[in-house]
Amino acid sequence: MRARVIVRLKPGVLDPQGAAVEDALHTLGFTGASNVRVQKLIELDVDAADADACKLLVLEMADQLLRNPVIEDCGVEVLQ
Amino acid sequence: MSKSALNKLKDTDLTTSEHGQAVGLSLDEFERAVKLIGRVPNKVELGCIGAMWSEHCSYKSSRVHLKRLPSAGPRVLVGPGENAGVVDVEPGNPQGWAVAFKVESHNHPSYIEPYQGAATGVGGILRDVFTMGARPIAAMNLLRFGRVAHPKTPSLVDGVVRGIGGYGNCFGVPTVYSSAEFDAAYDGNVLVNAFALGVLRKDRIWKGNASGVGNPVMYVGAKTGRDGIHGATMASDSFSAGKESERPTVQVGDPFKEKLLVEACLELFERGAELLVGIQDMGAAGLTSSLFEMASRAGSGVVIDLDQVPARETGMTAYELMLSESQERMVLVAQAGKDDDVRAIFHKWDLDCTTIGTVSDDGVVRLRKDGVEVCVLPATPLADEAPRYERPFTAPARPEPLTRVDVQALKKNPIQIVLDVLLSPSTAPKTWIYKQYDREVGAGTLMDGTHAAAALVRIPETQIAVALALCCNSRQCSLDPHEGAVRAVVEGVARISAVGAVAVGVTDCLNYGSPLVPEQMGQLAAGVDGIAHACRVLEVPVVSGNVSLYNQTDDQSVLPTPAVGVVGVVDDLATVAPAMPLKAGDVLIRIGAPPTSLEGSFALWGKVGRKGALPVLDLAATSILCGFVRDLRRGGHVLDARPTLLGGLAQCLFDFARCADLSARATLPVDEDFFASFLGEERLCFVVAVDNQGVFDVQRRCADAGIASAVLGALGVSSSFRLQDSGGDVVFDRPFQKLVDDAEAVVPDLIASGRRRSA
Amino acid sequence: MTVVVVTFPGSNCDRDCITAVVEGAHGAALRVFHKEHELPETTTAVILPGGFSFGDYLRCGAMAARSNLMPAIQRFVDAGGPVVGICNGFQILCEAGVLPGALLRNRDGRFHCEEVELEVSGDSPLLVAYQRNENIVLPIAHGEGNYFADDDTIALLERERRIAFRYVARDEQGHGAINGAKKAIAGVVGGPQRNVIGLMPHPERRSLDLHGADDGMPLLEALLSYSEHRRHS
Repeated sequence: MRARVIVRLKPGVLDPQGAAVEDALHTLGFTGASNVRVQKLIELDVDAADADACKLLVLEMADQLLRNPVIEDCGVEVLQ
Repeated sequence: MSKSALNKLKDTDLTTSEHGQAVGLSLDEFERAVKLIGRVPNKVELGCIGAMWSEHCSYKSSRVHLKRLPSAGPRVLVGPGENAGVVDVEPGNPQGWAVAFKVESHNHPSYIEPYQGAATGVGGILRDVFTMGARPIAAMNLLRFGRVAHPKTPSLVDGVVRGIGGYGNCFGVPTVYSSAEFDAAYDGNVLVNAFALGVLRKDRIWKGNASGVGNPVMYVGAKTGRDGIHGATMASDSFSAGKESERPTVQVGDPFKEKLLVEACLELFERGAELLVGIQDMGAAGLTSSLFEMASRAGSGVVIDLDQVPARETGMTAYELMLSESQERMVLVAQAGKDDDVRAIFHKWDLDCTTIGTVSDDGVVRLRKDGVEVCVLPATPLADEAPRYERPFTAPARPEPLTRVDVQALKKNPIQIVLDVLLSPSTAPKTWIYKQYDREVGAGTLMDGTHAAAALVRIPETQIAVALALCCNSRQCSLDPHEGAVRAVVEGVARISAVGAVAVGVTDCLNYGSPLVPEQMGQLAAGVDGIAHACRVLEVPVVSGNVSLYNQTDDQSVLPTPAVGVVGVVDDLATVAPAMPLKAGDVLIRIGAPPTSLEGSFALWGKVGRKGALPVLDLAATSILCGFVRDLRRGGHVLDARPTLLGGLAQCLFDFARCADLSARATLPVDEDFFASFLGEERLCFVVAVDNQGVFDVQRRCADAGIASAVLGALGVSSSFRLQDSGGDVVFDRPFQKLVDDAEAVVPDLIASGRRRSA
Repeated sequence: MTVVVVTFPGSNCDRDCITAVVEGAHGAALRVFHKEHELPETTTAVILPGGFSFGDYLRCGAMAARSNLMPAIQRFVDAGGPVVGICNGFQILCEAGVLPGALLRNRDGRFHCEEVELEVSGDSPLLVAYQRNENIVLPIAHGEGNYFADDDTIALLERERRIAFRYVARDEQGHGAINGAKKAIAGVVGGPQRNVIGLMPHPERRSLDLHGADDGMPLLEALLSYSEHRRHS
């Protein structure tokens, strides 16, 4: 089963990449852009019986490695 | 003919001369290939021939000139032709230390994709060095960018610097020296030359030999993907504005994988000949050049099963596997029956290691794919009998002579002309660049380019240090390609002399335009002669190098830029005081006879461009001067020394002051011309900083040696940077801190301007 | 007694730390590979060196923190054994939860290699060789040294005097000017007996004669003398 994990910095944690992108967008004239955050997207195949089991397994992976709970939270989506 | 017709062919389809053009072979070369193998090559074979006979791999236009370089010497352990040159550091000690080093260009890839282009340039040169058995301990680079106002310049600078830092920092080699300059001639072709130096025991030098019939040929490192196919032919072609889409994909570097590779290889080298026969990295032209060169060096052949090559993508053809330039890969030949021991070492470091074939004795490279023989080519003829050309060349046109009006115009506003020199992007401090390089990993850096004339790095666990600098005054080379190249060697030797080292070896990277343009070929020929002449007089051999041609876009060629890397040795690092902080009151003494004209100077170029002759240096006198300063630097009162180079004495004094964080004041001795003495580059001098008590001693030693010296002034006596003429009149006077701040802001402002401009 | 320097794939300051211990502090040092499950019995102190462990892919230190040897290091910490994590080693200790907080990308998004002035500000047996509130100069070399922890954690660190080092140069909010580190935190104290220090600057690069300064030596010496002291008590 294919799963997708989005890892993002928690609100309030500085995101220098996001800030740099936002600056660049502003200098390009996209002055309406704000709150830019750069996130990580991880996709993987998982050996699981069904979507629920898959999601549970991936959440466990996220807690053990894919995210750092001090600074990041995450969302899991089962694709197929 | 475009590459698309070639792309339609299958691996074993026979080719025509038109396909040959698509891999960079001329009609004559295609015919030559047919004659050599006695039949028409198939697609895989044609790809191999095209790569091996590319300018990049075969040096077909430059080889006839390169042999004029002096490459022998009592310290030379390995000369040109191997992955890197090796020079003895401890003559007299049979198990003593040696250094392996080389400089190489990655100009074309860096222009297309500055981060990855520069990063993989660093990766490639590091592999060249550790393939010899050496642990890399220092890296340098020489960068040339277009004019600051060119829209691409800021992003190219940013990307290249990030790429070099990104790779070197992660790999763990200190990047200790960087030369970065700007000129409109590089608008369409940047230069990114990367240098690496490693240390090894001289009885443990490894070479790329595939010898011993039946020995396994092994593939180690990253998997092979479709990246960079035709990179070698790209580096052998000039850019033109419409051809963007035909450029090959850029390789992506993985410095982490390379770090694993170096550690695993060094472990393998420790085990010595018990396990290993020969090893070579896969650089330009990937597996092709490694297999052909290794077989050719040993006079052997190889039988390879391409199905065993670890592939990153599915459905890769033999053609693609042979020509991929995926990074961080090596080929090695192990002792028969030792495959498992070799594999165990690489597996410890989580690296792929696969036996892909065996060494044979028929001198033929045989490749199989899916059970079918897809390539049968003789190794030695292909590697050694690549075409060589004596391309027609003409002496480059001399620049227009300087007129009285030119010089008078320059002298009209001395304050502005000094400021123009000190605040030019080419002379300005490169702090912004250096800060992005880890200059201290290895914990052996005594000096680096941020504060010294050359870098100085300790050989681990010894009291020996290696000095290095990478130099070229491209503008002087444009005025006179021969004398300019002489001066590039002299600059390197002067720089390492200033930190107390004896020059032991040179590596060069010859960056020129198209070999098909006689005048540009003439620049190359003159440059080689200049380097050869200077190296003979200064008694330092050229042990490795690289040629980069076709650095031109449409009709604009780069300034002739023979980058010269000079390596020196300090036998006992206690003799060169560790960069002692200079203090207020330290005296600045000029050593050597001052220039008497402005010809060849950076100040003049900035005002009138390519005009005037480049005066010929008295090499013998300069050599004596360098040796004298080296000895002076090694003991006693001299705290620091710098040669006068780009920007002349004024720039040298400013760098002295800026690095010491102390202002400086200098007054010329009687009867000297302000402009010639402060801004001239006709001759090379040194400035030394001397403890107050040492002034008399230094002057006496100069007098004894018959070398001119003059006390110019002192550091830190006021808050302004002041230059006074022979009469004692103040000609230039600026608040020191403001001047430093302005100079330090030049490069960061350049980057910021790019961001503003894209708005 | 042996100072163990752990080598992860991608560590590149492991040899430098060994040289600093052996040549600078005249101690004994041993390189131990991350695939081991136990520390050698003779281990009296552990250094997690700088570098780019596992390429710093995913997050700095994330994969090293989950390598075979880490549980043994955690047990060593729990038993009061002295541990210093330098640069990437600091990032690993944070990822492993041995120290609080995390290290984010530098505020300007760039790698910085330069000397910084630091204030020695915490209480730890590993800091005793410095004067209290002494200012020292050490080089940094990192792209991700921007210390972050939530406000409660920072308050706790301050209250318990567990901020080992602070950058002297600060912005208007009091964060480190060089990388944006919260409260200018350059190093943190942890462990049951304040026996762990993680710091971004490189003490091993200021420990030999050739470095021209020895501001890193007091930390290395304290690491050795504390191990010695523990062995005898």
